[in-house]
Amino acid sequence: MTNEELEKIAESVRAERAKYDHEINVCMGTGCLSQHSDKMKEELVKAVEASGKKAFVRRTGCMGLCAAGPLVLIDPEETLYQHVQASDAPRIAASLGGEPVAALQCNLREHFDQQVHVVLENSGHIDPEKIDDYISRDGYKALVKALTEMTPNDVIQQITDSGLRGRGGGGYPTGLKWGTVAKAAGSLKYVICNGDEGDPGAFMDRSVLESDPQRVLEGMLIAAYAIGASKGYVYVRAEYPLAVARLTNCLRDARRRGLLGNNICNTSFNFDVEIRLGAGAFVCGEETALISSIEGRRGTPKPRPPYPAVSGLWGKPTLINNVETFANIAPIIRKGGKWFAAMGSERSKGTKVFALTGKITNTGLIEVPMGISLRTIIEEIGGGVPDGHTFKAVQTGGPSGGCLPTEMLDLGVSYDSLLKVGAMMGSGGMIVMDDTSCMVNVARFFIEFCMTESCGKCVPCRAGTAQMHTLLTRICAGTGTMDDLELLIELCDTVKETSLCGLGQTAPNPVLSTLKYFKNEYLEHILHKRCPAGVCNIAAVPAAKPEPAEVLA
Amino acid sequence: VAAFTPPPLPSDDKRWKIVAGTMRKNGFARHALIETLHTVQSSFGYLDNDAIRFVAKSLRVPLSQAYGVVTFYHYFSLKPPGKHTMTICTGTACYIKGTDLLVAKAEQHLGIPKGETTADGQISLMTARCVGACGRAPVALTDGELQGHMSGEQMLAQLERWAVE
Repeated sequence: MTNEELEKIAESVRAERAKYDHEINVCMGTGCLSQHSDKMKEELVKAVEASGKKAFVRRTGCMGLCAAGPLVLIDPEETLYQHVQASDAPRIAASLGGEPVAALQCNLREHFDQQVHVVLENSGHIDPEKIDDYISRDGYKALVKALTEMTPNDVIQQITDSGLRGRGGGGYPTGLKWGTVAKAAGSLKYVICNGDEGDPGAFMDRSVLESDPQRVLEGMLIAAYAIGASKGYVYVRAEYPLAVARLTNCLRDARRRGLLGNNICNTSFNFDVEIRLGAGAFVCGEETALISSIEGRRGTPKPRPPYPAVSGLWGKPTLINNVETFANIAPIIRKGGKWFAAMGSERSKGTKVFALTGKITNTGLIEVPMGISLRTIIEEIGGGVPDGHTFKAVQTGGPSGGCLPTEMLDLGVSYDSLLKVGAMMGSGGMIVMDDTSCMVNVARFFIEFCMTESCGKCVPCRAGTAQMHTLLTRICAGTGTMDDLELLIELCDTVKETSLCGLGQTAPNPVLSTLKYFKNEYLEHILHKRCPAGVCNIAAVPAAKPEPAEVLA
Repeated sequence: VAAFTPPPLPSDDKRWKIVAGTMRKNGFARHALIETLHTVQSSFGYLDNDAIRFVAKSLRVPLSQAYGVVTFYHYFSLKPPGKHTMTICTGTACYIKGTDLLVAKAEQHLGIPKGETTADGQISLMTARCVGACGRAPVALTDGELQGHMSGEQMLAQLERWAVE
């Protein structure tokens, strides 16, 4: 494959498209598919045929605004229709070339205008199961450029210049990581794509894998060239069947086009990728646990160092990056590291995809430049809290993150700013809560999650999270005491400082952040036996007697 | 060293051939354990003792290690599923939208705790940690089919239909 060949494929796709006056893009991401957008697409095909108009109906990946699904986008007019049902197909077909169907039109300019799409630039515009569609949008140009015009060191330099940091949550500089693996001794090296998106309430990786799998593969290929790897694995959750199917299809197509296998693009570069299915363990998102899982063992983490960059899969130097990190690679190589570094804040460059969910009007997937304020995300892009309720907190970073109150809304979103206030970037889940959520109960929910997901290898995490859960359950039930609260805080410190891996080290974050910003809710539960949000079922508990423990203390 | 010959298939059930196929594709390598268990579960619906023994022996993995892997990962089930399965998502977004109430309602209706199957083998009640459709929370999977904005009434109606189907 050369640049000319890529151009030829792109040209043939464009020629095919030129035959039509309109393109009807139907979202077939998981959200819209669950509302039968596949049947709707069939109806659209029939309706277009019946109307005799020249229009092409295409299956695409996620368009982002899941709340308004199923979505249909008409190009080149860029008319977006929401809540489209199969019965609407004739109306839409009839409107082509004329006035759009006003009743179905989605006018959420403020939702889309603030967004900058880099990772998601192809989502909603290409058929994720057609490699030629991807090639027609500059796909694999970056790979050809890297293989033919750049040395591995040049590639790493560009990634370092871009300031890209790991999008899985840790925020480790990607260029630095690549450089370490490239320098590691040994001829056999591995590239692993971490698609074990265990964080409940986040679905960025799923969406990227479902909408644009070729982009992730291209990122892995470039990484493999840069560090000198010949074998790669994509680790995906088994709970994501559609993502697995599209990825399988993507690998097969790439092999057929000579973009995977031996002598890629007529160079001496060889690389092949296999898919590995996760089996439902949150801890496998941790890199050493993920490696154990690929090796066919229980997914328990190992102490670092040695880091996987030096000794990873089967003891060989291994590069592990998140799906979204790999999806950022191709545009950086194509447009240069400086272009990427121009976006975002001082120490967090580029854009970040967030899954905006919870009590918010426009739930779905968004991509925004780093440094944007939480207020802009929630009030403008997200459309605020619905049903007349008031905003209470936003939770970022999943079970390792924290809850931020109204006072923090003007905070710019970046790795460092979030860490400073007790939350973290995490993989990009952003869950909005309103006045109907009890923050003590939320903390209990996350600790329960960490308790059940703890792998059991180290004691602080295994026993500590269980104890914290008991204490929080007691507080929620209205039988907690001030001593319990004190013990809880002490346990938070112990678990945080002494756990083996990231799961335990960050498990207390939801408790600590709710204690920091919503302490009065804890006190209400303990002292007045009252749940301010009316979530906890305290009335069922017999009237509180003076606790003997309180007297003893 | 004598060449390794894998043990014979446990029965002439055709599904074992699919399982053996996965192992052969991976050259009977030990690291194919999880892949193979995935195949067993997708073919048989669950993993019983015979299956775990067969896979462990074929891949030359200690039985303890195979059993350890099966019990470590939530995705693997040691019990046969009911005729129908209601899986309620208990991810954060769904929790904020009140799935704990849905789970409680289903438990009360079926008279079984989550993770169990009714005595007549009709319905299994499961919970999942996020199926990644948070935009449509609360979410439930009815026999694997994703249903968004699930209400209590909708769920109970489905359970009642399944009780006799």
